[in-house]
Amino acid sequence: MAMLEIDGLNAWYGASHVLHGLSLAVEPGEIVALVGRNGAGKTTTIRSVMGLMPKATGSVRFAGTELLPLPAHARFRLGLAYVPEERRIVPGLSVRENLQLGLLAADRGIDERAAIDDIARTFPRLKERLDQQGVTLSGGEQQMLAIARAMIARPRMILLDEPSEGIMPVLVEEMGALFRRLRDEGVTLLLVEQNVEWALRLADRAVIIDQGEIVHSSSAAALLADKAIQERYCAV
Amino acid sequence: MDAELIAMQLFSGVALGAILVMVALGLSIIFGMLGVVNFAHGALFMVGAYAGLYVATLTGSFWWGLLVAPLAVGAFGMLIERVLIRPLYGRSIDDPLLLTFGLGYVLVETVRILFGNEGMPFPTPPELAGVADLGIGYFPIYRLFVVGVVAVILLLLWLGLEKTRFGLIVRAGARDPQIMRVLGVDVARVWLMVFGLGVGLTALGGVLAAPMRSVDPEMGTLVLAEAFVVTVIGGMGSLVGAIVAGLLIGIAISMTALFAPEMATIVMFALMALVLLIRPQGLFGKPGRA
Repeated sequence: MAMLEIDGLNAWYGASHVLHGLSLAVEPGEIVALVGRNGAGKTTTIRSVMGLMPKATGSVRFAGTELLPLPAHARFRLGLAYVPEERRIVPGLSVRENLQLGLLAADRGIDERAAIDDIARTFPRLKERLDQQGVTLSGGEQQMLAIARAMIARPRMILLDEPSEGIMPVLVEEMGALFRRLRDEGVTLLLVEQNVEWALRLADRAVIIDQGEIVHSSSAAALLADKAIQERYCAV
Repeated sequence: MDAELIAMQLFSGVALGAILVMVALGLSIIFGMLGVVNFAHGALFMVGAYAGLYVATLTGSFWWGLLVAPLAVGAFGMLIERVLIRPLYGRSIDDPLLLTFGLGYVLVETVRILFGNEGMPFPTPPELAGVADLGIGYFPIYRLFVVGVVAVILLLLWLGLEKTRFGLIVRAGARDPQIMRVLGVDVARVWLMVFGLGVGLTALGGVLAAPMRSVDPEMGTLVLAEAFVVTVIGGMGSLVGAIVAGLLIGIAISMTALFAPEMATIVMFALMALVLLIRPQGLFGKPGRA
């Protein structure tokens, strides 16, 4: 069974119809790159899966559970985490408190201190700044914090919206290594990216979205080699 | 005009301000988190006072009234949020404003029907009657008690917000409710509790204020205006702002009453105009939030 199975998804912002019967499946333990031009519907796809669109129809199943009737908070509780493009580090809260937000909905049994120690080992940059205000971190560190907050409760799948955007190349490489390790631990990743080359090198499979529909699906390596299709659908 | 009189009047202002802080805090919390301008807040202050009087008469003890009324009215507030206000989220800010405006009238008229038009005395509990000599003057014990209760409530609120899980949810939810949803928090439930908390605070203000004045169906009207002035001066949505501005307004009204009684009611509006001119977002507000 697919980890995430989107079938005939339509979504609207007010009167504007953004997704037109989009279908897409992500298998357990793979990294799928979702690429395409600005405005193609990449973010809308992720937001529909998370329950953040005002109107969405069709079918979205996560590990067999139909998501569309569920409120956003219930979807997270099924083990589906989300790192939004704007990162959304909460102002007024320390790095530690931002991490604690990721544990609010987790089982009461989870040891908060151990979970934060654990995440601090994965993100040494955050470790030194636990008591600093989250919004005072650099852009790259905020991205790390947003990822750490999404994975601290050990979700089964993480949806990432342009994680590499505006980040130093050295951090982007670090992030790639982290994503590979997460995959090797069995976490499924859906990655929306503008940095196509990096995303395709990282991913197992690639999907291109254009005008609210999937127009191409292949192994990431195949798409990486096919400059013509990249040019056609992903050129800025 | 001697120092003792000024000290007593100053203290009187602090007690008045403490009541305002309770009302304005609720108003500010509800606006800051839910984006609802609660025009029924003054009426709920009045309902709190009546509920306190009712329970105190029934049980023969002020203490039961003080304990039960804020809890009961707070629960009533949760019912209001769940049934009347929740369907209006996502609509324009005017909709809940108009709804609570009308609700305020309904509450006032209901109390009129149940308890009559006339004001009713709310006796100061005998344990708290009289005055205490603090060396610098004689202060009514009840007012000292009011200031003490408000101080304890503020301390509890602060601890609750800073040290508990629920407090973390409230602080984060006030800044970014959407990220809370995708982190698995049922924001609707949090808003229900926050509305109940805000209403409970104003009801507590009503019970505490009652023995310092009489209880009547219109008692919330001026308090609501004062609380709005306090939240505007302190900054809409700012809790520290509500506390500082509440005390400031209480003291300003009280001191003006001493030196220029005819100016006492307009001084707060003058202060508000001044703050709006110099710092439109309020003393502790953040610019850009409507």
